[in-house]
Amino acid sequence: MLNRIYDWVDERLDITPIWRDIADHEVPEHVNPAHHFSAFIYCFGGLTFFVTVIQILSGMFLTMYYTPDIENAWKSVYYLQNEVAFGEIVRGMHHWGASLVIVMMFLHTLRVFFTGSYKKPRELNWIVGVLIFVVMLGLGFTGYLLPWDMKALFATKVGIEIAASVPFIGEWIKVLLAGDSVILGAQTLTRFFAIHVFFLPAALLALLAAHFIMIRRQGISGPL
Amino acid sequence: MHRGKGMKFVGDSRIRSYEKNRIPKDYSEYPGKTEAFWPNFLLKEWMIGAIFLVGYLILTVAHPSPLERQADPTDTGYIPLPDWYFLFMYQLLKYEFASGPFNVVGAIVMPGLAIGALMLVPFMDTTKERRPLKRPLPTAFMLLALCSMIYLTWESVVNHDWDAAKAQGEIVEEADVDTSDPGYEVYMNQSCVTCHGENFEGTPAGAPLVGTGHTAEEVKDIAVNGIAEDGQQLMPADAFQGSDEDLDKLAEFISGITNQK
Repeated sequence: MLNRIYDWVDERLDITPIWRDIADHEVPEHVNPAHHFSAFIYCFGGLTFFVTVIQILSGMFLTMYYTPDIENAWKSVYYLQNEVAFGEIVRGMHHWGASLVIVMMFLHTLRVFFTGSYKKPRELNWIVGVLIFVVMLGLGFTGYLLPWDMKALFATKVGIEIAASVPFIGEWIKVLLAGDSVILGAQTLTRFFAIHVFFLPAALLALLAAHFIMIRRQGISGPL
Repeated sequence: MHRGKGMKFVGDSRIRSYEKNRIPKDYSEYPGKTEAFWPNFLLKEWMIGAIFLVGYLILTVAHPSPLERQADPTDTGYIPLPDWYFLFMYQLLKYEFASGPFNVVGAIVMPGLAIGALMLVPFMDTTKERRPLKRPLPTAFMLLALCSMIYLTWESVVNHDWDAAKAQGEIVEEADVDTSDPGYEVYMNQSCVTCHGENFEGTPAGAPLVGTGHTAEEVKDIAVNGIAEDGQQLMPADAFQGSDEDLDKLAEFISGITNQK
């Protein structure tokens, strides 16, 4: 049955080459922990992606309750944490996942650095990787404000001040982020929400696609 | 079109046929045991993912994610702290060469240089050599950066008053109070309110009275005789000055204050 559905689609869309590009390739011995235990360092990138998927899923469920408004943001998080069934788990996974994704990404970066895997021909993929790192830090920064509790507000104040100290365009960045040159309030919360939920994830998905396409095109770097 | 199942397209916008063979290269250039990604390798990788997920979930269940009290922009005494992975930058900004007039050095120049250098690594380290020990400069710089990040994070952790940070952000319980209760009037007219606060939230001089768990009898005793703990007088005796009737009303009222639901 499944084969016939596959054939039906393949006859019309020629999906076999797509499938081959995504999944039909070989994994060399030196990155396979089943052969060399020390090859677990090659798992960091995959685990980063794994946590990223969990972040996207748990984030989608969090937005079913969260309200990006200064009156209700904290209350909605409090309700989610204390009243909603498994809300504590979903929020907990998003909270700890945010830290884990940074940890795994950092380890992945170190692995790529110390194995010299960024060298020709993989320079572009390294640059995309650094951009992913920056986007992830941006996601961490914007997500920190959303619960609208004391540490969220005052840490973001500091963060915005740092952004404002950029020479020449600092003030412009500040207004872009906070929505106002003085007040950090309702506008800031909606902007951070939009950046955290739409702008940065869109950028992240595009960069991840580029990252993975390049890996498939170039293959994983050889053994040292 | 001779690919796939021999499909036919209508019109001219078809995907051009590839001149080169698009089948991915195998890894025969590497000696050793290669393995098919699908499904062999992916099945093993799931096991690593599953082990990771178990640790992740244990962390989530053992440490519920924190939530401080609702943001209050007027409380300017609050000392903020960024998430842990920004702590090294937070610490950097405390040093003289990176704060005050040199703030831009610590906030923009140094992080900017670090990210910029990281991005340009492939163009600075252009030799073919990949082993870390055979390219000492990149390795040394990375280890230096790593050590300074760990050191700065450590410094900021040991120099932070975590108990004060926890206390300043704690969610204050709002009392569920019937202000028409005769005991409320007694509370406001006696000296109680000066130390225990208008909303029973407590002050540095007096404990909060919300959900104390004391019975009316115990409250009466405390109001008259005070509380001592470990030889230290927490609340003085004779704080209550008034009739026994008022004391009854007060005790009944205070013992009934519960958390707002």
